[in-house]
Amino acid sequence: MFVLLIVATPLGWWLARTASRAKPVVQTIVALPIVLPPTVMGFYLLIILGPNGTIGQWWVQLTGSALTFTFSGLVIASCLYSLPFAVQPLMNAFEAVDRGDLEAAWTLGATRRDAFFSVALPQSMRGYFGAAVLSFAHTLGEFGVVLMVGGNIPGETRVISIAIYDQVESLNYAAAHQLSAVLLVFAFVILLTMFLLNRRWQQS
Amino acid sequence: MTAESILLRYSLARSQFDLNVDVEVPTRGITGIFGESGAGKTSLLRCIAGLEKPATGKLVVAGDVWQDTDTNSARAVHEREIGYVFQEPRLFGHLDVRSNLLYGRRRAASNGREVEFDRVIDMLGLDAMLDRNPAELSGGEAQRVAIGRALLRAPHVVLMDEPLASLDAARKDEILPFLDRLHAELSIPILYVSHNIEEVCRLCDHLLVIDGGRIVASGDLQKVLVRMDIPLLSGVEAGAVIVGEVVDYDPDYDLTTIGFSGGDLRVPGRHGDAGLPLRLRIRANDISLCREKPEQTTILNVLGATIEAMQEADGPSRLLRLRVGDELLLARVTRRSCDELDLQTGDTVQAQVKAVAVREP
Repeated sequence: MFVLLIVATPLGWWLARTASRAKPVVQTIVALPIVLPPTVMGFYLLIILGPNGTIGQWWVQLTGSALTFTFSGLVIASCLYSLPFAVQPLMNAFEAVDRGDLEAAWTLGATRRDAFFSVALPQSMRGYFGAAVLSFAHTLGEFGVVLMVGGNIPGETRVISIAIYDQVESLNYAAAHQLSAVLLVFAFVILLTMFLLNRRWQQS
Repeated sequence: MTAESILLRYSLARSQFDLNVDVEVPTRGITGIFGESGAGKTSLLRCIAGLEKPATGKLVVAGDVWQDTDTNSARAVHEREIGYVFQEPRLFGHLDVRSNLLYGRRRAASNGREVEFDRVIDMLGLDAMLDRNPAELSGGEAQRVAIGRALLRAPHVVLMDEPLASLDAARKDEILPFLDRLHAELSIPILYVSHNIEEVCRLCDHLLVIDGGRIVASGDLQKVLVRMDIPLLSGVEAGAVIVGEVVDYDPDYDLTTIGFSGGDLRVPGRHGDAGLPLRLRIRANDISLCREKPEQTTILNVLGATIEAMQEADGPSRLLRLRVGDELLLARVTRRSCDELDLQTGDTVQAQVKAVAVREP
């Protein structure tokens, strides 16, 4: 998720500030995972990230191992899949940052980078909160992409949602219950904490 | 081009007008940039700050070239040592007042021009606000913080873009004394954009008049004000500024007598102790002329004056420039009165004057 937020930050910033004609195209690409069935995403990723795919080949040269069916590959796939849920709230938050405040920061001696980190970022904390909640929820629940790209290797790429699926398939309901309950409680606690924090912010 | 001036030469195409200026202003005192809304005042300041990317031209501040399109060099905004006070305070909402004040100071290169933190706090009366949030401040307080933040950045030049425009009259009166103090106590030059001639007369030493993106007059405030060929300065608000000295105060009538080279003037209110220098603004509409010294009149001030120049005009009234002692005044009289009294350049007349004190420096 942190990887995702770091990737989404420059993208959201660019989308919020640019007047470029490429903006709608980039927005569309970022939004695709919302519309496409996860299996379609997973299929393309499997091909691109696979040892014969463009990125996969480059990765093999770089590290000596393939991306597909590994944890790294899983992270990349998850990021792409949840990207719209991180980029959209960040973009909205960055759009709300007053250009006047940035200009003031520059005239006070801040470089563009410095002004981003000292003015835009702290003023966009709500956006980061939204992005974190949404993309976390989305990543936790994903299934299709993970299965396609990650496979189901215990201790490596088996995520809880797939583990549950396995248990149900083999009619092992007791284990499925346990895992599902864990996931349910975990999701509930995380989201509750975040919304409570959010309410605190609003009050202060 | 000397080290004591700022050279401004800028071209910038805007939708309503083309900014086209080439002027030098002194690096001391307050230079007013006066003009109507949309005349290019703000654009000019933004060019100086480097906030208008497409602007071309040359900017030299006290001998340092900050921008020169001919050699393709331009300092980025953060490399220009300016203190910019915008129309709105633009304080950072996520920082308290103290951190706002220190934002620029933390990033300033040590250049020997640092202004002491305590001194700025004291001068702008910010002591009680340091730990508060910008959202809790009144408009006037927030603007004072913005001014302090700009000063603490140790600027070569302070740019003020109508800092009082968004405030009501009471808040303006609250800030003006602080600006007077800046003027009196600091040696940092200030470029002060305003469309309010009273503010300009009170604060500024030099004046640029800008109209339709062009500089139509520039120079010493008193001299520019008495020019009669600038439409912006010859309307209802036409008037002159003179400098005098408090002679005495009459508590019975609440009048202060102010002496200057052309005689004594009495103005309402108390304006400090004897010997204090004082600026007076005299509007052209507040002067009437007589051939003979009037015997009985409700106007307190009658000064002997010489007509130095007369405006050629076809309207109902015209402006006359009067010399009174070493000072110049403007008077507006109807064209009919000019003809009936047969007023000519060089004539000696009696000027009945209502004066208003504008500043105690």
